[in-house]
Amino acid sequence: MPKRFNIGNTFLAIALGLCVIVILGAYNNKLATVNVSGFGADTTQWPTSFGFGKPATQQQIMAWDIDVRSDGLGLPPGSGTVVQGRVIYNTKCMACHGSLEKALPPDAKLPAPVLVSDSTSKVKAIGNYWPYASTVFDYIRRAMPYNLPGSLTDNEVYSVTAYLLNANKIIKADAMLDAKSLPQIVMPAQQLFINDDRHGGPEVR
Amino acid sequence: MAAPKYVDMESQDNKAKEDQPFTHKKISRRLLLGGAATTAIVAMQSSLGKWIQVSAQQPLLKIDDPTKRIGPGPSVAGKRSPFEHPVRIKSDTSSRTPLQDLYSSLTPSDLHYERHHAGVPLIDPEKHELLIHGMVDNPMVFKLTDLKRFPSVTRTCFLECSGNFRSGKETMNPQEICGLTSQSEWTGLMLSTLFREAGVQPKATWFLAEGSDAAVMTRSIPVKKGFDDAMIVYAQNGEAIRPEQGYPMRLLLPGWEGNTCIKWLRRLELSDAPFMTREETSKYTYPVKDRIRQFSFEMDARSIITYPAYPNQLERGWVEIRGIAWSGRGKVVQVEVSTDAGKTWNAARLQEPVLDKAHTYFRYLWQWKGDETEIMSRAIDETNYTQPTLQQLIDARGSQINGYHMNPITAWQIKRDGRVLFKYIN
Ligand code: HEC
Repeated sequence: MPKRFNIGNTFLAIALGLCVIVILGAYNNKLATVNVSGFGADTTQWPTSFGFGKPATQQQIMAWDIDVRSDGLGLPPGSGTVVQGRVIYNTKCMACHGSLEKALPPDAKLPAPVLVSDSTSKVKAIGNYWPYASTVFDYIRRAMPYNLPGSLTDNEVYSVTAYLLNANKIIKADAMLDAKSLPQIVMPAQQLFINDDRHGGPEVR
Repeated sequence: MAAPKYVDMESQDNKAKEDQPFTHKKISRRLLLGGAATTAIVAMQSSLGKWIQVSAQQPLLKIDDPTKRIGPGPSVAGKRSPFEHPVRIKSDTSSRTPLQDLYSSLTPSDLHYERHHAGVPLIDPEKHELLIHGMVDNPMVFKLTDLKRFPSVTRTCFLECSGNFRSGKETMNPQEICGLTSQSEWTGLMLSTLFREAGVQPKATWFLAEGSDAAVMTRSIPVKKGFDDAMIVYAQNGEAIRPEQGYPMRLLLPGWEGNTCIKWLRRLELSDAPFMTREETSKYTYPVKDRIRQFSFEMDARSIITYPAYPNQLERGWVEIRGIAWSGRGKVVQVEVSTDAGKTWNAARLQEPVLDKAHTYFRYLWQWKGDETEIMSRAIDETNYTQPTLQQLIDARGSQINGYHMNPITAWQIKRDGRVLFKYIN
């Protein structure tokens, strides 16, 4: 009997010991989790740099950095006119977007969105809904023509942008667009745009 | 040891190599598995444990009795039961998750909703590169293999298109109404890890994320989100991310509108202003009174009952009402269900674990006595926001509302004959 009792005691001691270790472990984990948002959930501190990847070359950055910001940052050299844009539009865009000069039949079904609108039209397009002219340039340069994205030269993009802005009655027919003039255009819709300032909470807005 | 009823082809093959018990005809699996053959020579283990050949006279196969027929063996990749046909509904530019066919909050990868603007690109991961530049100290290029070396993280969250709202007729199912939401378990690295590696400059407040598809999709994202919980993910539900979801890598912004989670990610440019791309100006914006609201990133709390729903036929008696609820602003703290057209509401049971910015499965037991009624659910999230009715949304935003960021309560009409119809609003 005494012997057995002893074994039981030892067992109990080991079990208790294990418990303590487990609890301590959980506690440590807890501390570690709190740390995750900073550095190093595990024992080693994170290095300032892992050294993975390689430095980007100026060449690669230039090849990919095609975006144009609303203040004009990123606009390439070159220029284009409404007159030149009309020719490009009619050959490379009209098939999908329709003619901008002839009024479309009301039930016309185009494979692509309508590109002209004004304050009276129901359709939301460049003239009444686009807040920045830079977006027209940026979007056409990256994604149009839909069947051949990225195929236009910068001059062609300036030209067709000019043609679209003129068709939307935003710039004059003799206008010329380049990196200087394009960001100066104020679009009618710009004043309408507001940032979402909701951050949860009970109110429905 | 009794002779096994079925012959394990795997061990038989091994045995065949060891003992060479087959002196003449080799038995093909196809032969064994039936087809027209009614007589076959099969190998069986005798009571002494030896492999012997027996000529088994099989009665005409009873195809509908699985206990009388050996099934196909293991395969290199599994398939769904031929009796199950969950499918996405597709249009030219999107496809929708069959919410009504799912039993929990997770979406099988092949049923994850899709929305792309110029198709799904085919990208060789060996050639794909991710560039990070702009207002960083070290402009860097990473291959997929580089990204996989960084400390990784796994997170389950929903992804929802902010144009996820359709209405218009009674005969619409959950998938048609709001199937542009799906949930996956994503694995990748924290964007903050990459931000630190590149040395994002303190003055950078926005970054542009760009995809490698034919739309060269771009969105501007506040740097704060990048440091908060943004990830670059390369795996979905335990395997490499699906092509439709951005293979080989995508941006994941938990809780934010799907379009911001740029797929086929190839470039991150740090900046001190948003870029005003087409997808954050002409699209994904919406009229609020006489203004146009822009940069609505977080998805508002929402829920939908996925059972019973159109086209289910209800029977009198106990019904477990089931559905999903989610919020882009944190956890769903409660889902309330009404079975009397919104007069009274009761808390549904939430399936644990309830995760942050994740589909949460809910259930509510109800006894349908055969009366005509309407059933509906509403989600309440941890910011104390309650999913509104369409009328509340219209009152708050004006009647000009378009389809973006609409999260109204979805109601189902229960007809006396048990038909369940969408209560659509014109
Ligand atoms: C093959 C058909 C096709 C051709 C050709 C085409 N487009 Fe498009 N375009 C589209 C489609 C489709 C969309 C909508 C894409 C989307 O929503 O993602 C679109 C969208 C646009 C938009 C944005 C419209 C909006 O309201 O958001 C502009 C601007 C545009 N195209 C300009 C052009 C120009 C300029 C050309 C000629 C250089 C051109 N497109 C040629 C099919 C075409």
